[in-house]
Amino acid sequence: MDFVVIQSLNGLATASTLFLVASGLSIIFGVTRVVNFAHGSFYMLGAYIAYTLVSRLGGSVAGFWGSIALAAAAVASLGAAMETTLLRRVYKAPELLQLLATFGVVLIVQDLVLVIWGPSDLLGPRAPGLAGAVNILGQPFPQYALFLILFGPLVYAGLWLLFHRTRWGTLVRAATQDREMVAALGVNQAWLFTSVFTLGAALAGMGGALQLPLVAVNHTMDLQSIVEAFVVVVIGGFGSVTGALLAAVIIGELNAFGIVIFPDLTLVLTFVAMAIILVVRPWGLLGKPEAAVRGGAGSIELPMRPLAPRLRLFALGVGLVLLALPLVLGNYGLSVASEVLIFALFAVSLHFIMGTGGMISFGHAAYFGLGAYGAALLMKYLMFPMLGGILFAPVVAGLGALVFGWFCVRLSGVYLAMLTLAFAQITYAIVFQWYGFTGGDNGLIGIWPAAWASSATAYYYLCLALCGGAALLLRRIAFAPFGYTLRACRDSGLRADAIGIDLATHRWLGFALGGAFAGIAGALYAFLKGSVFPDTISISTSIDGLVMVLLGGIQTLVGPIVGAATYKTLHVTMSSYTNQWQAVLGVIIIVLVIAFPEGIMGRFARTAEARTARAGDAAP
Amino acid sequence: MHRRTFLKAAAAAAFAAGLGAGPASAAGTIKIGEINSYTALPAFTIPYRNGWQLALAEINKKGIDGHQLEVISRDDGGKPGDAVTAANELVTRDGVKMLMGTFFSNVGLAVSDFAKQKQIVFVAGEPLTDAITWQKGNRYTFRLRPPVYVQVAILAQEAAKLPAKRWATVAPNYEYGHSAVDDFKKLMSAKRPDIQWVAAQWPAVGKIDGGATAEALLQAKPDAIFNATFGADLTNFVRAGTTRGLFKGRSVVSLLTGEPEYLDPLGADTPVGWIVTGYPWSQIKTPAHEAFVKAYEAKYHDYPRLGSVVGYVTMKAVAAMIERAGSTNTDKLIKAGEGLKIPSPFGEITFRAADHQSTMGAFVGKTAVVNGKGIMVDWHYANGAAYLPSPAAVKKLRPQD
Repeated sequence: MDFVVIQSLNGLATASTLFLVASGLSIIFGVTRVVNFAHGSFYMLGAYIAYTLVSRLGGSVAGFWGSIALAAAAVASLGAAMETTLLRRVYKAPELLQLLATFGVVLIVQDLVLVIWGPSDLLGPRAPGLAGAVNILGQPFPQYALFLILFGPLVYAGLWLLFHRTRWGTLVRAATQDREMVAALGVNQAWLFTSVFTLGAALAGMGGALQLPLVAVNHTMDLQSIVEAFVVVVIGGFGSVTGALLAAVIIGELNAFGIVIFPDLTLVLTFVAMAIILVVRPWGLLGKPEAAVRGGAGSIELPMRPLAPRLRLFALGVGLVLLALPLVLGNYGLSVASEVLIFALFAVSLHFIMGTGGMISFGHAAYFGLGAYGAALLMKYLMFPMLGGILFAPVVAGLGALVFGWFCVRLSGVYLAMLTLAFAQITYAIVFQWYGFTGGDNGLIGIWPAAWASSATAYYYLCLALCGGAALLLRRIAFAPFGYTLRACRDSGLRADAIGIDLATHRWLGFALGGAFAGIAGALYAFLKGSVFPDTISISTSIDGLVMVLLGGIQTLVGPIVGAATYKTLHVTMSSYTNQWQAVLGVIIIVLVIAFPEGIMGRFARTAEARTARAGDAAP
Repeated sequence: MHRRTFLKAAAAAAFAAGLGAGPASAAGTIKIGEINSYTALPAFTIPYRNGWQLALAEINKKGIDGHQLEVISRDDGGKPGDAVTAANELVTRDGVKMLMGTFFSNVGLAVSDFAKQKQIVFVAGEPLTDAITWQKGNRYTFRLRPPVYVQVAILAQEAAKLPAKRWATVAPNYEYGHSAVDDFKKLMSAKRPDIQWVAAQWPAVGKIDGGATAEALLQAKPDAIFNATFGADLTNFVRAGTTRGLFKGRSVVSLLTGEPEYLDPLGADTPVGWIVTGYPWSQIKTPAHEAFVKAYEAKYHDYPRLGSVVGYVTMKAVAAMIERAGSTNTDKLIKAGEGLKIPSPFGEITFRAADHQSTMGAFVGKTAVVNGKGIMVDWHYANGAAYLPSPAAVKKLRPQD
């Protein structure tokens, strides 16, 4: 019994930190609808800045707490700067493009931290006055943990008062419900967004700074905190601070007791909890169905059109160039080109789910990985030839997508996205820990192509044939009746429902189809690299796919191909030329986001559309 | 640009073919490809890079039969797939003659399999997994650092002397952690049948919940704890455990904790009396080591970490193989590498012919705090040769190729 009390206190201390970071993320999303990947970077910066300040100001009571407060303030001003200089330019852009901008910031901060604070982990002092332990039920319990347990609810109370007892808070709540209406009533949205973003950043910075007495400050804090924060926010319900508190307590306690009962399941515990909660409560514990966002004039999506004859000619030209590539590229160039083709198919398949199907996925790597592992395992255990493996990969991936998709398509928006992420993480954990079958994190090696395809040129042509064919097939499907139905479900679920279309089934099949095609890409990737590792299923692979789709432009079918080619080529070449390739990549992404707020191809599509429209007017 | 790349690659290939043909006589450079997780694990890999750059400068002062070595270095971001891309670039475009580097076990395995496929020699510096020279070993791959099994065996020898009977373990939830705990249990239970294993914690790497983990171990009331966490997890666990009284009156045996990369961030919080493997760099007074430290400090104005030694010796091993082979022909390099003896800051090491594993050992000792800094005391160097399984045992483990 004593143990239960003490361990639940440990869980509450963790919950407090989770709450600080998650509440900021939740508030920001509630009002601005920005999925802020950089929130983890704010958290990390808070910790680093606090470390530097404490080293300067000393570990006295005033020095320590002053440093925490100053660090939060510094991060808040960084947040404000990011909002005004970057995000403000892209609010009008289609949904999720802001996500891409914040991803660029994540990359830059990662390198910046390394340059400023160096590679070593930095351990700050313990909190003065709270360094020791008090006796609880005969056991020493850290004073600082007790402080955190009290501090979390205190911040919650402060936020509650702010939202319910001030005019600003009323406006924020109103904007969370219906921001266009708030704008229509004459509230200065720009100012409201900036202040909300600043508050969110301050909370994240403070959360990071308060970690100083607990952990060594290190450069992986950003990605670690962001995923957990998202989980908490989604379980609680976006925009709900109370929900975030409740979810933080659930996750904190689940971890504290989970590791006692299932010590092996540390990788997956939170994601299983999130999956269960989302299946039962599609908008989180205290969230409400997402209000429909009424976009401004700039954000009405163009309908997809078959290519104009001139563009067909252009596409044919591109195809010929791709066919001739082995004449100019060496073996290395060809293997990079093969990788680009593979990721182009991965992006196209993700785009089929996101663009054509209207379902955001943060977990598309699951199907890429299932394809890769499917082919590799068939080869290892059943002696399948390469082509047999590639043929079966979409079946394996498609089956996975059928099972996961059945749950996912019942949700919408970011909740759907997070459920796909949960399933991807569960798949990842199974592959990662099933040493006897999948090789665990040491992966499967020796997955090389068959002799006839082992030269770089032959493998390139194989990739070109399969990826090109698959992409064309997906394009054909998008223009087939099934594709039109899917787009109808995306554009107006209500009307589609009313004319008798079975929404859930169509979206389900669309989701599975996208997954199956990702499986082909995964299998080709496995044979290209000669090995498969769990990182093919990791969050970063899913994010790569997302970045490619958004970079290329989500409204056009060609977009993901252009996005994949741009991102992958930059990624490969930059890392050959500079140590700070992440920062360079981040800057390029941000520049592209600002220059092409609709994605690279989205911009071209709009220009082309305008030209056609003008030509139409001129005609008699 | 593609065309120029192609021409460059062709030129490099032609040049390389000429060099590979026989003992090199004409002056020129020999290219070596180097891959490591510079952005994913800078705390280890940046001192490592300093180490190989120092060795490279020393090698090129004399040259190898009139040749200079040129190292082309790439970041893999901690991802096996990206490491294979980089390896491919280095081998097929830049025409490197050998590969070296890598930190993470899975990245090491991916590059090792690539090396086998492309028939090029790969000298793995850091990856600790037993598999790279044993269960998944191949004739193209050499490895410098002692595998997990050896380091655990060194620790188990000390741990078996402790009176403790109830043991708990804590290790990161991936292959390194699992094989460390499995090896430790097997070795300890063989030496001490009276031992009971009362608790096991497997925190996700980089995500330990220190308080909850410490409490879960406390509840099992162990006499001693075996720890394999490192880096940020270790500092978190140490702080949480210390305040909760977890280490009071308990023995702790801890893998890697004495390495400066992981010990130094602990500072005054370093727990006292833990039995650890590591690298007490400031106290090793052999001439070879002192010369290394002096050269390192002169060049970087910083003290060496274990990663620096790994980088330094890996580079020296590569040069020694080329020198002994008198060629960059892969088969000759492999032959030269088998049984190769080279001096190192830790004394002479040998790459065994049976499994291409070097006999580099580890320092084992106890932790202490002096002037607010963590150090190792009562340490000694345990030679890897004494702990590695016999060539006959290894032959059974390795796939026949």
